[in-house]
This record gives sequence, C-alpha cells and structure tokens, in this order.
Amino acid sequence: MKKTLALLLAVCMMAAMLAGCAGGDDADPTKPADPTDAVVDNTTDPTVAPAENAIKIGGVGPLTGGAAIYGNAAANGAKIAAEEINALGGLQLDLNYQDDAHDAEKSVNAYNTLKGWGMQVFLGSVTSTPGVATSQEANNDHIFYLTPSASSTDVLGGVANPLTGTVDIARKDNVFQMCFVDPNQGAASAQYIADQTLGTKIAVIYKNDDVYSTGVYQSFDAKAKELGLNVVSVTTFTEDTKTDFSVQLGDAQSKGADLVFLPMYYDAAALIFTQANAMGYAPKWFGIDGMDGILGVEGFDTSLAEGVMLLTPFNADAEDEATQSFVAKYKAAYGEVPNQFAADAYDCVYAIYAALTNAGVTADMSVGDICDALIAQFTSMTFDGLTGEGMTWAADGAVTKSPKGMVIQNGAYVGMD
Amino acid sequence: MVIFLTRLINGISLGSVYAIIALGYTMVYGIAKMLNFAHGDVIMVGAYVCFFAISSYHLNPVVGVLLAMLVCTVLGMVIERLAYKPLRQAPSLAVLITAIGVSYFLQNGAQLLWGTNNKMFPAFLKGNALQLMDGQLKISVTTVVNVVVCVVVMLALTWFTGKTKMGKAMRACSEDKGAAQLMGINVDTTISMTFAIGSALAAVAGVLYMSSYPILVPTTGSMPGIKAFTAAVFGGIGSIPGALLGGLLLGIIEIFAGGYISTQLQNAIVFAVLIVVLLVKPTGLLGKQIREKV
Repeated sequence: MKKTLALLLAVCMMAAMLAGCAGGDDADPTKPADPTDAVVDNTTDPTVAPAENAIKIGGVGPLTGGAAIYGNAAANGAKIAAEEINALGGLQLDLNYQDDAHDAEKSVNAYNTLKGWGMQVFLGSVTSTPGVATSQEANNDHIFYLTPSASSTDVLGGVANPLTGTVDIARKDNVFQMCFVDPNQGAASAQYIADQTLGTKIAVIYKNDDVYSTGVYQSFDAKAKELGLNVVSVTTFTEDTKTDFSVQLGDAQSKGADLVFLPMYYDAAALIFTQANAMGYAPKWFGIDGMDGILGVEGFDTSLAEGVMLLTPFNADAEDEATQSFVAKYKAAYGEVPNQFAADAYDCVYAIYAALTNAGVTADMSVGDICDALIAQFTSMTFDGLTGEGMTWAADGAVTKSPKGMVIQNGAYVGMD
Repeated sequence: MVIFLTRLINGISLGSVYAIIALGYTMVYGIAKMLNFAHGDVIMVGAYVCFFAISSYHLNPVVGVLLAMLVCTVLGMVIERLAYKPLRQAPSLAVLITAIGVSYFLQNGAQLLWGTNNKMFPAFLKGNALQLMDGQLKISVTTVVNVVVCVVVMLALTWFTGKTKMGKAMRACSEDKGAAQLMGINVDTTISMTFAIGSALAAVAGVLYMSSYPILVPTTGSMPGIKAFTAAVFGGIGSIPGALLGGLLLGIIEIFAGGYISTQLQNAIVFAVLIVVLLVKPTGLLGKQIREKV
C-alpha cells in the first residue's frame, strides 16, 4: 500500500514537472494565447501549407515563466507573419516555436529539439541570457540565426567588453538581431534624455547579475558622461534582492534625482513603482524595451505607471497601413494590443522571407548553404518593417534603425514625438 | 539622522517579513527536527489562495486570509502525512531531499494551476502612513501591521509551547521522541499538529509578504524561504524568539549594507555577518547548546 502510494506520488510529481515545463495555461482566460498554439500545426490550420516544400523555421522563447509575456508575443507575431506569407501562395514557411522558460539550459534543449525536427532557419531566442547559449550552438552548427529581441552584445559576439576592452566572445557570423543591440539602447536613451532635457539630476537602478541590464547601463553611463548628464545616484539589485528597493529609491530621493533610468524588465519595475509611490517619491521614469509589458501585469494599478517613458522601436498607435493591419489581426487573434516583441518577431519572419526569396532558396537546399545565402543577403539588403524603415545590418550583426519615444498615458502607450 | 532612521524602519519592515516566515521554519525544525524546505512554497500557495479570494471572488480580505490559512493548514498536514511521515525512521538526508522534491512539486503545480504570468497582489492594508518628525519620517501601515503580527505570533507561540498540553507534548517530542511515546504522547498527532500550525503561519506570512512586495509568481516563495531559513539559523534554529530576532537583524543588516556600503555587495555582507556569527556562536544568537548523547 505504502509503496503504491509512493509510486503514485512520484508519477504525479514527474507529470507535474513535465507539464510545468511544457506550460499549458487553461485556467487563465486573460492570457494572450495558449503557448501550444504558438507551434503552427499543419494538420488543423488550413492557412499553413504542408511541410513538403516549406522552409522549416524554428524559434525558442519563454512561453511560460516570468518572461512569458515576451515569448508569447514573439511567437504570436511570428505566426501571424508566417500565415500571411503562406497565404500569398509563393514560398511556404513552416513555423515551430519551443518553450525555454527564460532559462539557458532549457533553451539549448529546445534548440536541439528543433534541430531534430529539421529546422533550416532559426528565429533565435527571445530573451538575452538563453540567446547567448543558443547563438553559440547555432554558430557551431552554422544555422542562420535572426533573433527578434535578444539584445545583448554577447548574442552577436565580437564586441569588446567596455570595462576590460577585450573581446570575450568571438563574432558569430551567422547571428543577426532585429532589435537594438544593448549599447545602442543605453546610448540612445542618454541621447534622448539630453536632447529633450528630461532631467537635471539622474538616478540609475540596474540589475547587476543580468547581461541585458548591465549592458544597457554601461553604454548609458559612457554616453551620459560624454553628453555631460548629471548622474547623481547609481544603485543595483540582483535576482535575489529584487523585492526590496527602499535603499535604491531612498538613495535616488535623498540625492534629489528628478529622473530615474530603469534598464530592466517590467516585473522589477512594477515593484519599484509601487514602493516609490508608497514612499511618496514621484520622479520621471525612463525605461527601455524591457519595460514594455508592464501594463499587462494582472492586477497592476496602471496609474502607478502613468507618465513612464520608454524607448521602443514600435508604436502600436502608428497611423501607417502595415502597423494598423498587424495590430487589428493581432487583436482579433489574441485579444490584446501587440507589444514590440510581437512586431520584432513579425519583422523577423518577413525579413527572412525577403532574404530567402531574393537568394532563391528552396527547401531542398542544405542548412549550411541556406545560412551562407542568408548572411550574404542580410549584410547587403535594406528592409522596411513595422519596427523601422530602411533597416540595414552590418557584418557585426547589429541592426540600424531609429527608436521611437513612448509615454504611458491613461493606461496606454502613446508616441512622444 | 533622518536617513538613518528611515533605513532602520525599512530594515525592520523587511526583517519583520523574514521573521514571520522564519517563525514557521524554526517551529517545524524545533519539534520535528527536519528542515522543511517546502515552507517557502506553502507561503506561495497561501498568497495565491488569498489573491484569488480577493481579486476573483471579491471576498473580504479577512475572509481571504482565513481561507488561505485553512487551505495551507490542510496542505501542510497532507504534505506531512504523504511525504514526511513514511520517512520518520529514514536518515535525515532522505527527508531533506524529499522536502526539496515537495518544494519543486508545489512550484510546478502552481505553474500548472495558475499560470506563470506575474500577478499583482491587491493592496488591502490601506491607510495613511504614520508621520514622525514633521513628516520627514514615514512608517507605512504595512510595516506596522507586519511588526505587530510578528510580535503577537511570537508571543502566542511561546505561550502555546510553554503552557498548553499540546505545547508540552511538542516540546517532549522535540527532546526525545521515544521517551515521549513511552509517556503516552501520540508523536504522529503532535508532529501533524506542528505542521498544521507552521503552515497556517506560512499563509499569514505569505499575505504579509505580498502586501509589502506585491508581485506574485509560482517561484515567489523560494527566495524569502531561503532568507528566512538564514534568519532562523542566525537567531538560533529551533528558538522562537531567536527567529524574530534573527529576522529583524537580517533585514536591518541587509538595508544598512546596501545603504551605507554598496548595493552591489548587499548579499555578500549579509552572509559574511552570518558566517562570523556562526563562527563565534555556532548555535546562533539565541540557540541552546544541546549536548548530543553518545
């Protein structure tokens, strides 16, 4: 009896752990989409062609876990693009998104799953820490890699560490980014703050155990010094101390900072806004693309984020036809306004499609040949998408496009310019 | 001076949250002599139950807290019955590993049941902050409630283990299970009761933790669980006043280390202090020196 019970419990636990990884989420109707939907299923979805002559495109992202809002957005955006392209009737795409729960180890497992499936082009990881791992794997296997949003320079490789001046990770020639690389985000933020004279005394709070947050901070710091911005307070936190921000906020407040720069993801930012509000501190807040999603936190009092500014390449309120059509489709399918991760992934699929068509790639070509053809295309082509006009890629893999300033007003993102 | 006092208050506020979690930890350790690593995750379950009671079913927050306590009490007893009781005679390492397993089980179960999106815990402890020194110093209602609840729980537990029959049985079990059994104490019921009380405390701790730091995810309980365990060791594991003292000191040291030295070194300093304390006083600040019989 005892043994049976123990066995039963063990089975239950295994099932729960496995299910936890795969991440079904039926209980929560407000969630944008069931993560399993993100894997395009050929048998049930008539708009996606059978895999016979289709190019197999894989992607990895956090469909569950704390960063799930990004992974699901990217998977959904990519899916819309693939469906639109397949409906054109030309070159067909077969899209497969796997979950990594924002974990480097799981993302490599997911990458191996995709490789086993026969992936020919890789949409990369959605977030930076897993992205560093998967880009290295894809580089070893010479599979073309275009990430929508893993913005760390370590994903691309070949960029000198600003502190030591040495190149720690060699350039991965097959890896390209659709988002701004972190230093560009930091420098662009400093430039924007200086140009618009948003703050006279600036405080920075960043997460010093996170490659994304520190990368943005370092470049922000360098640019701020160059522009003569008055940074009065710099404080940090880590994964283990991301609950109490009284020290960081107290420091900023006591030094009279009127603008606080927050290069971090929205979950920590939500706590910062709550605690600043409790202590009666109301500076201007300035975030980066990780701030996108703060309005989607269930139960979050959006009035706390009122007036928060962020730099993002995508504005869902833009008037142009392409953006409006994408936003309408996304709303119809997933019941919410797409964020920039969705737009980045949408652009990724279109950019890959453009490069594939230009290079005349067919599904029977080898993965290595496709990779070589796409590298040649990406370093020479110009691409117009939702997140920017006339985007180009240099051989270092970073994209050139201009960010848009956004501000949160009445619980929605509004363009600042 | 104002900065010092503000930091002290912030430290007490953070420390009282650690302390209330540490109380549950230390009680289970003191009586059942096992480290219940799943304690942090029971806190998370309590927080989720209260979250859904308040925001989905629009119940009164007090009802929400009571409901969370009820669910956690049952959960604690079930965990004890299914996972720990069969291992009563097993080496303590086996129980420790089982506790870690239960912790993962609860985390993944919560992911499955409630999804992984961040949830913002509703602020129900409303009211104006206490203003001292012409409004330069503010003490929020949450801090006051945390400290008061902490002290009340600590006093109640001390009274319970010292004066009541069940409390005496618990102390007897903690000293010598075999002898307690010979004296006619039902060891299983006593330990089950310990888990029930510890888990009910976990529910209260979860709600208080959430009212201070309101982002709720299935892994919410793991970090405060570890910090509270540290606090319990700091104060002397098994000692109820020690848990309160350890928690408060840990919170204050953490805030002072971040404020006066460096936020980069915050955790390093906290744990360095812990190491020094344990080197000087291996049983923790208020821990009792117990000689093991050979």
